[in-house]
Amino acid sequence: MTNSWTDIKNTDLVIIMGGNAAEAHPCGFKWVTEAKANRGAKLIVVDPRFTRSASVADFYAPIRQGTDIAFILGLINYCIQNDKVHWDYVKAFTNATYLVKDGFSFKDGLFSGYDESKREYDKSSWDYQIGEDGFVMVDDTLSNPRCVWNLLKEHVSVYTPEMVERICGTPKDKYLKVAEMVAETSSPTKTMTSMYALGWTQHSKGSQNIRSMAMLQLILGNIGMRGGGMNALRGHSNIQGLTDIGLMSNLIPGYLTIPTQKEVDFATYMSTRGFKPLRPDQMSYWQNYKKFFVSFQKSMWGDEAQPWNDFAYDWLPKLDVPAYDVLRAFELMHQGKMNGYVCQGFNPLLSFPNRKKCTDALSKLKFLVTMDPLDTETARFWENHGEYNDVDPSQIQTEVIQLPSTCFAEDDGSLVNSGRWLQWHWAGGTPPGEAQRDTWIMAQIWKRLKALYEKEDGPLPDPILKVRWPYADPDDPKADEIAREINGYAIEAVYDPTDPTKVLVEKGKQLASFGQLRDDGTTSCGCWIYTGCFTEDGNNMARRDNSDPDEAGFYSKWAFSWPANRRILYNRASADMNGQPWDPSRKVIAWNGTKWEGYDVPDIAPTAKPDVVGPFIMNPEGTARLFTRTMMKDGPFPAHYEPFESPIANPVAPNVKGNPAARVFEGDMAQFGEAEKFPYAATSYRLTEHFHFWTKHVQPNAVMQPEFFVEISEQLAEEKGIKQGGWVKVMSNRGEVKAKAVVTKRIKPLQCDGKTVHIVGVPLHWGFTGVAKKGLGPNTLTPFVGDANIETPEYKAFLVDIAPLTEPVS
Amino acid sequence: MYPPLPNPSVQPSAMQYGQEDLVRRSASTVPTPPRQLTPVAKLIDVSKCIGCKACQVACLEWNDMREEVGVNTGVYENPHDLTPASFTLMRFTEWENGETGNLEWLIRKDGCMHCGDPGCLKACPAPGAIVQYSNGIVDFVKENCIGCGYCVKGCPFNIPRISKVDHKAYKCTLCSDRVAVGQGPACAKACPTQAIVFGPKEDMIQHANARIEDLKSRGFQNAGLYDPPGVGGTHVMYVLHHADKPEIYADLPKDPKISPVVELWKGLTKYAGLTAIASFVGIGFLHHIVSGANRVSAEDERNAKRLTENQPGGG
Amino acid sequence: MERPYDVGPDDKVHPGDPVTVDRYTPAARINHWITAASLVLLALSGLALFHPSLFFLTGLFGGGETTRAIHPWIGVVLFFGFLGLFLRFWRANLWRGEDGTWMRRLSDVLRGHEENVPEVGKYNAGQKLYFWTMSVLIIIMIGSGVVLWDQYFAEYTSVGQKRAAVLIHAVGAVVSICVWIVHVYAAIWVRGTIRAMVKGSVTGGWAWRHHRKWLRELVTGKRDDQGSGAKPAE
Repeated sequence: MTNSWTDIKNTDLVIIMGGNAAEAHPCGFKWVTEAKANRGAKLIVVDPRFTRSASVADFYAPIRQGTDIAFILGLINYCIQNDKVHWDYVKAFTNATYLVKDGFSFKDGLFSGYDESKREYDKSSWDYQIGEDGFVMVDDTLSNPRCVWNLLKEHVSVYTPEMVERICGTPKDKYLKVAEMVAETSSPTKTMTSMYALGWTQHSKGSQNIRSMAMLQLILGNIGMRGGGMNALRGHSNIQGLTDIGLMSNLIPGYLTIPTQKEVDFATYMSTRGFKPLRPDQMSYWQNYKKFFVSFQKSMWGDEAQPWNDFAYDWLPKLDVPAYDVLRAFELMHQGKMNGYVCQGFNPLLSFPNRKKCTDALSKLKFLVTMDPLDTETARFWENHGEYNDVDPSQIQTEVIQLPSTCFAEDDGSLVNSGRWLQWHWAGGTPPGEAQRDTWIMAQIWKRLKALYEKEDGPLPDPILKVRWPYADPDDPKADEIAREINGYAIEAVYDPTDPTKVLVEKGKQLASFGQLRDDGTTSCGCWIYTGCFTEDGNNMARRDNSDPDEAGFYSKWAFSWPANRRILYNRASADMNGQPWDPSRKVIAWNGTKWEGYDVPDIAPTAKPDVVGPFIMNPEGTARLFTRTMMKDGPFPAHYEPFESPIANPVAPNVKGNPAARVFEGDMAQFGEAEKFPYAATSYRLTEHFHFWTKHVQPNAVMQPEFFVEISEQLAEEKGIKQGGWVKVMSNRGEVKAKAVVTKRIKPLQCDGKTVHIVGVPLHWGFTGVAKKGLGPNTLTPFVGDANIETPEYKAFLVDIAPLTEPVS
Repeated sequence: MYPPLPNPSVQPSAMQYGQEDLVRRSASTVPTPPRQLTPVAKLIDVSKCIGCKACQVACLEWNDMREEVGVNTGVYENPHDLTPASFTLMRFTEWENGETGNLEWLIRKDGCMHCGDPGCLKACPAPGAIVQYSNGIVDFVKENCIGCGYCVKGCPFNIPRISKVDHKAYKCTLCSDRVAVGQGPACAKACPTQAIVFGPKEDMIQHANARIEDLKSRGFQNAGLYDPPGVGGTHVMYVLHHADKPEIYADLPKDPKISPVVELWKGLTKYAGLTAIASFVGIGFLHHIVSGANRVSAEDERNAKRLTENQPGGG
Repeated sequence: MERPYDVGPDDKVHPGDPVTVDRYTPAARINHWITAASLVLLALSGLALFHPSLFFLTGLFGGGETTRAIHPWIGVVLFFGFLGLFLRFWRANLWRGEDGTWMRRLSDVLRGHEENVPEVGKYNAGQKLYFWTMSVLIIIMIGSGVVLWDQYFAEYTSVGQKRAAVLIHAVGAVVSICVWIVHVYAAIWVRGTIRAMVKGSVTGGWAWRHHRKWLRELVTGKRDDQGSGAKPAE
């Protein structure tokens, strides 16, 4: 989230699209009800189903799953056509005025540079025109046809309300009502917040779904504002922490990247990072990349990471592919190339698409280690559970080692919520049975690995042998020790760069902010964006002061929000070119003539002059990108692509199947089903009664939603002879599930491109362990394909067929 | 508009009310309470409710009840009805609004309404099994309950359920045990959107009025408070977007009253019945006093003897 | 057409001094007293739940809960007990011509002037009325009682039906008790009656005085050759 959960109370309009906040985030949804009750805010829900969020919405518009980009680009088109643009904001704070290379184009659904055989783009034309001064050329008048604004205007012009209706199935009158409500927030004194979740990410163009809305929010001037922003509602209580701390195969903590195998040394690695500003006087904060990286290396290897060995750069793994994401990992297992799998707090057998492929992949492993508080299906993938897990244990040779671990309520630590708040928690119970903290288990594994390397040696033992292990009890690192390590400390005294006699941080002390990090090895920091969470003042994550001056919604003394306890990212953009708030009633920070001050920590150097330095300091431009250059694999602008399995051909690019830049593994093209055989558009989702596959182990939750079901419209039920509460079979090209039928008015057939599209909803909470009724789930049905940029599986749009079953399932 | 209600203090508190605050006690009379407690109410804002069922789980947990894992019958209600363990239940109605053409998914938290004039208490034959405190809470006292199920018949909202295990009646207690020590009900505490709030009834009505104003501004012209006078008002109230049609919310009664059948049973029948029985006994006495015993005379015996001797038979 | 007289197969006259007449077999007496005891217990347990002032009566049954639990079972006993009585006596309780006259002259009966009413058979019109009233009431009571028997039958009826049942049950109970009071009082008032149900026999004088037609029939030996209730009345 750019903003915080609490800030949602400041909004005028909430748009829930690509998510179902009331259902999947009921506690956070509280702030929507606050905004509605206390500000008279309105709520729009756009969803294929009339969800629990829709039940409390002011306006609901249906949409066919996987067509969000068309819907939003249509909104951008509407705003441009109707002059509902926050012009001052767009001109000053976005790259609208920047000129783009002449070679860039978009035609027949493809951007310039497409290579069909590789399913990849040559992105060299997707960039700015650079002037002689080394900076981007701009046209403040927006008259140059090659400026981003004009390219965007042309790009979105195809998405008229009529075209949106054709693609999305959203009736035009409803669509225009949404457009009108959204466009109103282009006023400087109105804001809209976007709340989205996996309904946007779990698509083959998930990243572009989100970009579309981010662009709309920029055009409306809603980023950096109180009550505005792009608010990703994370699917687990600590999934934000997971990405922050780098549990992605291509990341190291703080969104630094793992080197690729082409980056043979530190100098090469750094040459493409630490971006220089693209416009004069901009902060381009990634210029500090080396400070963050070196401090991370020092936290990993301490004294062993020295300038002479490039701070142990060689000890980092080097990627030979863009990422070893989960889909690739299972592909490799399936090919027999990955033989061991340590599965920590994860249930891929139910979480990954194409379950059969997952089962086959796990069956080929030599060993599988699970670390989980629960008896997961993954740990039991080899066990026959009849139709719910129809495997032959005698044919599976995988050795499975289950390591029971504690759950969040049984240990100390921090959780990072969607709003980037690091909130400390304390153990509330004792772990049952043999359960151990994950940190204890990891320490034991490391200890034994180290002993093995010491005894037997092996290729490159240094990363293991020389790792820094500064814990009081090496067998059992404590949460606060790790938190202090992540925050970082001064290995040597840290001096003020402008006054080398002035000591900023004494040797051995905890760092107060990432501004104190150094690239010479004098500081150590596990995750630079978290610096400030555990300082000499103590554990800031454990702060519980809920004071909120002027009820502005910041709660700055509650826990710690990264970065630097900032509650609203890009908050400089809440003020105009003179540094005064666009909306005085929504002040975040303001320029007092010499520096920025206000409710929040300024997201800019405190003395950066408002008319000089742009708000988007992480970008070398200093502005936000409507045109994203080469940062995305599938285009600098979003474009509508159908899901890989779609009931209709792409109305704007009939020859393009799916997202042309999305990765499809060899052999996986054949897994896609066609609409002739599988005519219904299915989507998967959570229900509020459950959390993922966890709460089916919890008796009261199992009572609340005991049994797997699918949801269909009354029309489809009638067509197929399906009865309320009757058994049905849902089939895709990859598998089939049996479920109870919930026949509902909340799902209605849509008219898309002249065709009636029926929607089948498949919730995901059932498996074969736990206390709820056994059941299957959507991943038996879903295709093995992910988002072009980050490989999040396409769970939200796939094709199925459905038929009633007369006999009850045993 | 109304600010979010603060959480109650978590400091331990002495019991704030008890037996002396009873205003009604089933099948018995109570002395006039020495004081009047502030009437309390739980306000359920249907327009804020997202149907998450946290209240259901909180209720099970606080009351230490366990429900069976059931089945799906094609609807979202689970369990499928109130049970002796589930004192509260989200009821879901898909309602097509004919005026706007919009679908509305009406979600109502069902449970005891804590009537001002509780039908259950009126029907209950067991002394002290159902009590009403002067703050309005109607509570079942398990020790005194005999499990006859009369409360079920007495209730205008069809709320109490009789356990098949211990044959006692169960329903929402308005968390009387929590309220007595200064806390709100468990469901209100668990509600993520403050669709359930609890406090003095006066305050709740004010809160409701602000909510109704907001709903009216959003086009719900008939938004209103459900505090039906027919049962003496309730200490569980609803804010409804369509207060003119409460029946669309899973058959919430439009003008609930204690059933006239129950009134007759527990009113006239009760007194007239005993009077009738007493009268019959009395008439018997009087008759006996006036007429004396109807004895067989010696003459009768002789006549019988004569008859049998004249015509011997049987034998 | 004279129908066969309504005497039981085991009704017999024993000459002597006084004459005795067998009126009820031991089986019939046991049947009666089981039914009677059930009715008393039902009345006591029912009244305990009927009016708060009588709730103390639950003490007789071991408390409110057992009272609630046991009452319907007693009802079942009563039902089958009465069913036995019904099968035994229904034929003798069929309405006859003289019964109307007897009823019309009820005031004479109450004043002890039985000489003014026609001779009656085994049962007089009052007894017959009691018999049939009880038969109907017991059907009503068992029917409404089952509806109220939540332990086993809660799910088969709606709350509305249960409410109707509870009122019907209550009113039915009051009427039953009142009718029963008349029955008991009549047995007490008409001396010599109780021994019929205790010893099984009455004196000839009692039969002469109250059921002369029955006595005459017994003496003349004219009897219902099929036994009671074995075949329809006509």
